[in-house]
Amino acid sequence: MKHTLVAWMRDKPGVLNRVSGLLRRRNFNIDSLQVSHSETPGVSRMTFVVDGDDRMVDQVVKQLIKLVDVIRVENISEKPAVIREMALVRVRTTPETRSEIMQFVDIYRGQIVDVALDSMVIQLVGTEEKVDSAIDLLQNFGIKEMVRTGRVALLRGRSGRSRKRGTAVWRAQSNGHG
Amino acid sequence: MTESTSQSDPQAARPKEEPPQEMTGAQMVWEALLREGVDTVFGHPGGAILPTYDALSPHEAAGRIHHVLVRHEQCAAHMADGYARSTGKVGVCMATSGPGATNLVTGLATAQMDSVPIVAITGQVPTHLLGTDAFQESDVVGVTQPITKHNYLVTDVNELPLILKEAFYIAREGRPGVVLIDICKDVQNDTGLFRYDFEIELPGFEPWPDYDPEILKAAAEMINKAERPLILAGHGIQLAGVADKLQELVEKAEIPVVTTLLGTGTLPETHPLSLGMGGMHGEAYANRAIQSCDLLIAMGMRFDDRITGRLDRFAKQAKIIHFELDRAEVGKNVVPDLAVIGDLGETLPALLPLVEPRKHQVWIRELDEWRKETEETDILQLEVDELIPPFVIRQLWHTSHDAPGAPPIVVTDVGQHQMWEAQYFIHEQAGQLLTSGGLGTMGYALPAAIGAQIANRDRLVWAVAGDGGFQMTLQELAVLQQEKLPVKIAIINNGFLGMVRQWQQLFYEKRYTGTPVLSPDYAKLAEAYGIPGLTVRKPDEVVPALEKAIATPGPFLIDFQVKEEVNVYPMVAPGAAVDDLIRRPKPRVVQGYSGVQPGW
Repeated sequence: MKHTLVAWMRDKPGVLNRVSGLLRRRNFNIDSLQVSHSETPGVSRMTFVVDGDDRMVDQVVKQLIKLVDVIRVENISEKPAVIREMALVRVRTTPETRSEIMQFVDIYRGQIVDVALDSMVIQLVGTEEKVDSAIDLLQNFGIKEMVRTGRVALLRGRSGRSRKRGTAVWRAQSNGHG
Repeated sequence: MTESTSQSDPQAARPKEEPPQEMTGAQMVWEALLREGVDTVFGHPGGAILPTYDALSPHEAAGRIHHVLVRHEQCAAHMADGYARSTGKVGVCMATSGPGATNLVTGLATAQMDSVPIVAITGQVPTHLLGTDAFQESDVVGVTQPITKHNYLVTDVNELPLILKEAFYIAREGRPGVVLIDICKDVQNDTGLFRYDFEIELPGFEPWPDYDPEILKAAAEMINKAERPLILAGHGIQLAGVADKLQELVEKAEIPVVTTLLGTGTLPETHPLSLGMGGMHGEAYANRAIQSCDLLIAMGMRFDDRITGRLDRFAKQAKIIHFELDRAEVGKNVVPDLAVIGDLGETLPALLPLVEPRKHQVWIRELDEWRKETEETDILQLEVDELIPPFVIRQLWHTSHDAPGAPPIVVTDVGQHQMWEAQYFIHEQAGQLLTSGGLGTMGYALPAAIGAQIANRDRLVWAVAGDGGFQMTLQELAVLQQEKLPVKIAIINNGFLGMVRQWQQLFYEKRYTGTPVLSPDYAKLAEAYGIPGLTVRKPDEVVPALEKAIATPGPFLIDFQVKEEVNVYPMVAPGAAVDDLIRRPKPRVVQGYSGVQPGW
C-alpha cells in the first residue's frame, strides 16, 4: 500500500541527504518526494510517498523521528487530507488536434500555459489519479516532455465540533503511540 | 544546596550570563572539552587538525587534558569506546581529515552499534577547498552519516561553541551514541566569541520519552499472572545503571534471567536465577527457557539476530513485553504484546512495587533439570593433556576474580574466544565484559582495553584476543609502553580464524579457504615492545602463567597455543530456531588412554 508521509525538518544543509540516506539504508523505495519551506521559518516540510506494508512504514516513521534534524513525522494516509500533484506536459499539436486537446484540458480543469505552432504546454493540478488519467489521454497526441511535482498534502481543517484531534494528539501518534 | 557546596562547585559559581570570551576555534574545542569534564583524548594529529593540536599544549602542560597518541586512528575510536563503556562518560577521539577520519570509521561504527557515547573531532580542509578533492579531503560527514547518531560540518567559528555543546548532549542523552564534528581548518584558526551557557534547543531530539504508567501497570499485571516468566536482559540495564533493581525484581518475583552478550553480568552469573547468555552460542537451557516461558520480559535489548535465531520460531508460545528507550527498536524485529517505552532508570524502579512476590517452583525446577543435563557434558570436567580454550578462560577467571584490582574488566575481541569468554568466564558485575557485540569488530580488544585501563588505573584489565584479531591492531602494544599501562593480554592462539573455520567445517565441507593464520612469536614480539611475555602450550602451565601475569607490575602478554580445531558449542546454526541447536559432542572413552577424549 502507498503511504503519504509528511516530515518537518530543521532547514539545515544535508538534511535531505540524511532522510534519503536513511530510506536507502533501510531499503525503502520512495515513489515521490517533495521538499519546500513550511509556515515556520527555519523548518522545511517534506512530503513523500513510500510503498510498503504498515509495519514497514511504521519503522520508517520511527527511524525518521530518530534523526536529530527531523522534528516531526506524520503518516497522513489514513487521515482526511487534501492531496495534490502538479504536472507540466508539452503535447504535440497540429491544426487538426489543437481544439480537441483544448477541450480535454478544459474537462480536466487544466490550463494552457504556453503555445507554439507545433506544441503546447499544459498545466494539470489534481490528485495523482486525475493527473494520471489526463496524461494517459494526452499520450494519444504525443507527449514531447513532461515534469511532475509528486504529491504535496495538507490535512483538512476541523469542520465541526465533533472532531477533537488537536496537533498534540497527532504529535503523540507520529511519535509511535498511535 | 548549602552555601559551602555551591561555592566549591565551579558550575554554580559561574554567573548565569557568562561574558563571551574571544578565542580561536581551536581554543574553543579544548575549552568545551574541559567544560564537559573530559580528561583524556585519544587521537592522531595531521595537517587539517594541527591548529587544534597546537591549542592543546597549554592544557597538556597544566595537566588538564591528557592526549594519548595512537598508532592507528581506528584504535583512537576503540580506546574512546573502552574508556566510555567502562566509565559511562563520553569518550573523545580526534583525527585529521581524509585518511585520519576514514580510519576512525570502523571504531565509530563499533561504538554506535553498541550504544556507546563518543564525540569524535576531525579536521577538515579549509572551507574554500571543500569539495575540490583537495589533499587529504574526504566527505567525512557524508561517510559517517549512517554510522553516527548525528554529525556536523563546521564552516563558521561562531557556530562552533553551540555545536560542541550539542554534540556532547546528543552523544550522552537518551540511547547513547556517536557524534562526529568535522571542523574546517580555517575555522580552527578563526577567532570568535566563546560562551557555553546555551540552553540546548533540539525540537527533533527526544532522548527521554516519558513512560506511560498505565502501560507499566499492565506490564506488572502480566508479570504477576505469569507461571513461567523469563527476563531477557540487555545492555540497556547497565546503561541505565539499574542492575541492582533488576536483581531486586527477579528475587521478589523469582524470575530467571537470560542475557544478551552485552548484557552479561547484569545479574551476577553466580546468582541461582542467572541462566547466562542466550542465543547463537548460549547454553541449551538458556535457549530452551526462551522457547518454553509463557512471558518473555525483554529489557534494554533489541532482539538482535544473534539472540533470536529464526524469528518466526522465536518464543512463539510466549507473551512478550519489551522495555525499551528507543522507540525505533520496538517492533523492528520482534513485535511485542506490550511495549513499555521509557528510561529503564525510571520504569524498572517504578515496576518493582507493582510486582507481587511470587515463587515459580515448577518452572525453576524444570530449568534446574535442564541445567544439570548440560553440566554433565561440560567439557571443563574432561581430563585431557591438550590445551583447550574453555579451560584457559575458566582458569583466567579463577586466577583473577579475587586478584588485586578485581573484579577484573575483560575486553574481548571477536570470534571463538569471545564466545568462550562469554560462556566460561563468570561475570559477576554489569559492565565487566567489554566487547564488540553488534558490529563484531576484530581488533577491538587491545585498544579498548587500553581505553578501559586509562579510565580505571587500579583495576585488573584483561585483553583477550584470538590470533587473527590481535594481529589487526597489535601496533597498539606501543601505547601500552608509552602510557605505562598494566593491561594483561591473553591470546587464544589456534592458528586459524577460528570462528570462520568453524563455519567452514560445519557449513562448507571443511574447505578452509583463507582461514589458517600465520602468527609471529608473540612473546618475542611483546619483548620487542619491552613487554614481558610467555608462551603456554600445556594445561599445567596455564595457572602459573596467569598468576605470573597478574603478579607482574605493568603489562604482560601470554600466548596460549591451544588445540587448533576446537568448536564453540552449543551452536544455533544461522537461520535456525534457538532451540534447534548443535549440542556439545558427548565425550568418548578412548582405549589405552586414562582420561576421556572430547568428542570433537
